[in-house]
Amino acid sequence: MNIVPISYYLVLSAILFGLGVVAFVFKRNIITIFMSIELMLNAVNLAFVAFARAHNQLDGLIFVFFVIVIAAAEAAVGLAIVITIAHNRRSLNVENVDLLKF
Amino acid sequence: MPMLDHLWIILALPLAGAAINGLLGKNWPKSAVNSVAIGSVSLAFLAVVETVREFLQLPANQVPWVRTYFPWMTAGPFKVNFALQVDQLTIVMLLTVTFVGTLIHIYSTGYMAHEGGYYRFFSYLNLFMFFMLTLVLAANIVVMFVGWEGVGLCSYLLIGFWFLKQSAISAGKKAFITTRIGDFGFTIGILLLFWTFHSVDFGTIFSQAAGMPSETMTQAGVLTTICILLFTGAVGKSAQLPLYVWLPDAMEGPTPVSALIHAATMVTAGVYMVARMHPLFSRAPIAMLIVAIVGAATAFYSATIGLVQTDIKKVLAYSTVSQLGYMFLACGVGAYTAGIFHLMTHAFFKGLLFLCAGSVIHAMGGEQDMRKMGGLRKAIPVTFWTMFIATFAISGVPGFAGFFSKDEILEAAQHSNAPLWLLGLVAAGLTSFYMFRLIFLTFFGKQQFDEHKVHVHESPRNMTIPLIILAFLSIFGGWFAAPKLVGGTDHFEAFLHPVFASYQMQATAGQEEATARPVGEESAGTPAMDLVHAFTGPPVIVGLLGILLAWWFYIRRPDLPKRLAQSMYGLYTLVLHKYYVDEIYAAVIVRPLLWISTNVLWHTVDEGLIDGTVNGSARLARETGGKLRELQSGNARSYASWVVVGAVGVTALLLGIWMKVH
Repeated sequence: MNIVPISYYLVLSAILFGLGVVAFVFKRNIITIFMSIELMLNAVNLAFVAFARAHNQLDGLIFVFFVIVIAAAEAAVGLAIVITIAHNRRSLNVENVDLLKF
Repeated sequence: MPMLDHLWIILALPLAGAAINGLLGKNWPKSAVNSVAIGSVSLAFLAVVETVREFLQLPANQVPWVRTYFPWMTAGPFKVNFALQVDQLTIVMLLTVTFVGTLIHIYSTGYMAHEGGYYRFFSYLNLFMFFMLTLVLAANIVVMFVGWEGVGLCSYLLIGFWFLKQSAISAGKKAFITTRIGDFGFTIGILLLFWTFHSVDFGTIFSQAAGMPSETMTQAGVLTTICILLFTGAVGKSAQLPLYVWLPDAMEGPTPVSALIHAATMVTAGVYMVARMHPLFSRAPIAMLIVAIVGAATAFYSATIGLVQTDIKKVLAYSTVSQLGYMFLACGVGAYTAGIFHLMTHAFFKGLLFLCAGSVIHAMGGEQDMRKMGGLRKAIPVTFWTMFIATFAISGVPGFAGFFSKDEILEAAQHSNAPLWLLGLVAAGLTSFYMFRLIFLTFFGKQQFDEHKVHVHESPRNMTIPLIILAFLSIFGGWFAAPKLVGGTDHFEAFLHPVFASYQMQATAGQEEATARPVGEESAGTPAMDLVHAFTGPPVIVGLLGILLAWWFYIRRPDLPKRLAQSMYGLYTLVLHKYYVDEIYAAVIVRPLLWISTNVLWHTVDEGLIDGTVNGSARLARETGGKLRELQSGNARSYASWVVVGAVGVTALLLGIWMKVH
């Protein structure tokens, strides 16, 4: 069986992460930004899993579970905030939410 | 030797008096303050008497008697002990200071009776006694310096005693600051002393100095430098040219203060110091010459100012400056004994003169202008007679105390420096003139005041008794030297001989040849001839001439002074304004200093540089913060961009390190 080399996974992970970053920086919709965070987290998860497989160790896998748990918690809190913002501002544009500043 | 072992008691008594009165005396009745103040000082006097008694039983090899009480400062090789010493010079000073001091304390209880701050006055006065005795008893120059500065402090406090009076405050500050100029030199002198001799103890310094070759007129070295620096301090403290300006102003203080501090004791500290340091001075002929010139010049200069002053205390102030000049003249020509002798007799008669002046002012209800007195002879007889005696003494009338001491000084000057002798001689004539002018204006002639307004009255007994005692001393205080006139020994000189002996011989060694002849002539005569010779010597003749002239001017032809003043208007105004020295100092030193302080130090350095630095760093921080805080835009996407930039930066850094490693 041909084993897919680890570098493939890593390149894919980097591409996904890069897409997440670009989306995070350039998108204005809060939901989209939120999704791009998830994308970045999962890109990292992919890298962890790939390394765990390549080195035959469980550490990476356990880490992935932690990340998933945190992402779930974050989604719960984050979506609550998003709903509140949408409720108050009647808008999901992140540029309208800039009152917390100097 | 109980007292000699516990010399500190002499110091502790007035200090305790000052502390008790100063801390507790505020609400005490005057009698309680009196008994503490006078008690402490008179006990100190008794302690001194006991010290003298024990001292006279000491074998000669134990003099100077030094007692070290505790180490005060130790820093590497720099060791200062709190040590006191007694030798013949100290004895003379101790007796003079405590005795005159006690009398003036008693007098003050009468003079200050109606003044506020009574306890404060006596507290300061006792504190002064403490510092003056410290100065006199010190066995090293650092302890001496403590006393030196302490008396300056008390002088300041007492000149400004009436602190609601602007002129008194300024006079106090002037005294303090002017003497500080001299003390600057004194301090450097002390440092140079330590640097040269690696010790501050008089004994060590003098024994080392004894091994040093005497410096000459052409080869001045470290000794000359030290002596000139120390003398600078003396010039300030003893009000010599050019730093004498503070003493006449110091008359703003209460009169007993003028008598005690600014006539009898503190201002003579400079003379005492020069006499104490004579082993150094005697090896520095240039310094000696400077001392003599400054002394003679001051004696003459301030006597001329005394001629035209109209304030009774100002006349006495300039007279004091002049007499101090005599003492320095004596020290400068190597006649330390004569200088100290004059110091002692001067303490008696000038202290008395000031106390009498105080009594006159007291009688006149505060008037100090002699032109507004006149004819007081009958109204205040005790004051008149005692002041008359003191005036005879200061004028050098034969038989009175001042005659012996002044005669000795002028004789010593005559043999060593003729021009200075001449200057001193003229000053002696001026002295008797202005002193009798004072007497004639105050006590003789017509009354120049309204009898109904001024209730002239003799002072109470606690004021007149000190006057009478001092009057006795003004007559007999100089008789220690009397046997010399009939070919006997000068007891005062004989007493001080162990202190000054070795150096006096050295100082006069060069003049031995010059003086050999006249001395031989003198001793060839019989004792009676000597007496006649002394009584008709130039100082006496000049003194009597001065008296005669004063009599002519102010009794016989009272219109003459005014006419003379008009005919020599320019000169008269010049002298009346004290040669405009105060104005010159103000223009040359005070005002430029104020200008520099205001414009350079205040507005430029303080406001510009120091405030500028402090305010500038604050503004820098604020403005930097102001710019940086704009990063906190509130826009989540810009934060995200910063995070990305940071992450890229960290990654690039790690990559860079990784590439360097591999």
